[in-house]
Amino acid sequence: MTHTVYSYFPGCSLATSARENNESMVTFLGAFGIRLEELVDWNCCGSSSAHSLDSELALDLACRNLSLAPQNRPLLVACPSCYLRLKGAHNSLDQDVAAQEHYENKWNRSHHSDLQIVHFFELLHAISQTAAFQNKLKKLAGLRIAPYYGCMLAYPPSLSRQKDFSGIMENVIGALGGTAIRWPFSARCCGTFLTAARPDIVSPIINQITQGAIQAGADCIVTACAMCHLNLEIRSDKPNQLPVFHFSEMLALALDLEISDTWFSRHLIDPRPLLTRKKLL
Amino acid sequence: MSQRLERTIFPSKRDPDFCARIIHKAGSNINLCWHCNCCSGGCPFSQAMDYLPNQVIRMTQLGMKHEVLACSAIWICVGCHTCSVQCPMAIDMAAFMDALRQVAIAEDVPVSEPDIFNFHKEVLNSIRRHGRTHKLEIMFRYKLQKRDWLKDLDVGLKMMAKRKLDLMPSKIRNIKAVSKMFEDPKGNAAT
Repeated sequence: MTHTVYSYFPGCSLATSARENNESMVTFLGAFGIRLEELVDWNCCGSSSAHSLDSELALDLACRNLSLAPQNRPLLVACPSCYLRLKGAHNSLDQDVAAQEHYENKWNRSHHSDLQIVHFFELLHAISQTAAFQNKLKKLAGLRIAPYYGCMLAYPPSLSRQKDFSGIMENVIGALGGTAIRWPFSARCCGTFLTAARPDIVSPIINQITQGAIQAGADCIVTACAMCHLNLEIRSDKPNQLPVFHFSEMLALALDLEISDTWFSRHLIDPRPLLTRKKLL
Repeated sequence: MSQRLERTIFPSKRDPDFCARIIHKAGSNINLCWHCNCCSGGCPFSQAMDYLPNQVIRMTQLGMKHEVLACSAIWICVGCHTCSVQCPMAIDMAAFMDALRQVAIAEDVPVSEPDIFNFHKEVLNSIRRHGRTHKLEIMFRYKLQKRDWLKDLDVGLKMMAKRKLDLMPSKIRNIKAVSKMFEDPKGNAAT
C-alpha cells in the first residue's frame, strides 16, 4: 500500500441505514494506519434508479462526485453499487470525448484520467497480505461463515477487466481462523430495489439464500454490500434465521478492535447471542 | 410458456428501425446475440418476467416495438449483470434494458410495472431535493401513492426501532448543483 490517506465516498446507505458498516470499516482501516477523508459535499451516485430512467442524469450525478475528488490520492468506495457507478462514469469520461467536454464545462475542472477509484476489498486484499495481518490471533476459530457477495462479482462488459474479488472473503476468513463454507448462493443477486416495490419477488430469493446457508451448516452470513445486508435481514419470512454481518464488522471482531455498542443493536436479526456463544463479544 | 411462443408476429406491425435505435442508445450490439439462453438461464428474476431476457432481445431484433416496450421484463431487470458475465458475446444487458425503459418512458408507453416505476421516481425526487436518498421519505411518498400502508408496516417499524431509518435526510450543501441536473433539457423522466 503506497497511500495512507484515501478520499472516501461513503454513499447514502453507509451514511445512514448502514452506519455500522461505515464505522466498522473506518475502525478496521484505522487499525492498519489508513485514514479516510470524506469527499466534501458528495451526492448520491444515482443508484439503480438514475440509470434506469435517465442515463445522462446518472452520468451527471456520478461525475459531480468525481469532480470533488482531490487529484493527489485514490478515491475509496465501500458500496459495490456506488463503485460501479463512479468507476463506470470515470470510464465514460476516458472514452467519450463529448462526455469529457460536457464534464469539463459543467464542473470547470479537467478530467483526471489517472484518478484511482478503489473498492474497499482492493485495500483489504493488500492489508491481508501483510505480516501484521497474517500474524493476528485466529479469533474466528470455530465460526462457520457463509460469505455472500451478491452481484458485486458481476461487472458489465465495459468493466470486465477490473479486479476480480472472488475468494477474497474466503481467504481473509481463513487467515483469521474462521471456516468459510462453500455454498451455492454466494453470488446470487439479492434483488436490490425490488425489495420496495415487489417484495413478492424478493422474498423467495432471500429465503433460498438464507436457507441455503443454514443447510450448508453456517453459523452466520457475511455481506459485502449494505443493500444485500438489509435484504437478507428483512425479506426472509422463514422462522429460522441466521445473523448477518457486514464483512467490516467481522474484521473488527476478529482483530479485537473497539466494537461500538451501536453496531449490533442496529441489526434486525440480533447477532449478539451467537457472538457471546462463540466468545467473540 | 407455450402460449407465449404461439403468439403470432405480424410483420406489418413491426418497426424496422427500432432495433438500430436501441442498439445506438444502449451502446451494446444486441445483434451479436445467438440466443444461447445463458442470460435467461442465469437470471435470478426470470421467473417473475413475462418474457425472458433473450426473448426481449429477439423481439427487439424483430422490431416488435410495442410488445417490448410494454413488457414487464424491462422493469423487473435490476441490472445485476449476472447475465452479462455469462454472455459469450459480452452483451451489456443492463444497458440494453436501460435503453428500453427510457424509450418506453419517452414514448409514453403504459408501464407494466407502475410500482417499480413510481419507486424509481421517488428515489430521484429525493435526490433532487436533498442531493442524497432519504429512505424514510422515499418509502413514505411511495406508499402515499400505492395506499397499502399495512404491507411492510412491520418491517418499517422494526427498522425505525433499530434506528436504521433516519427521520431527517442527509442533505448536501450545494443542492443547486444537483437540482440543476434535473432541469437540464434532456427529457428526464423524474420531473
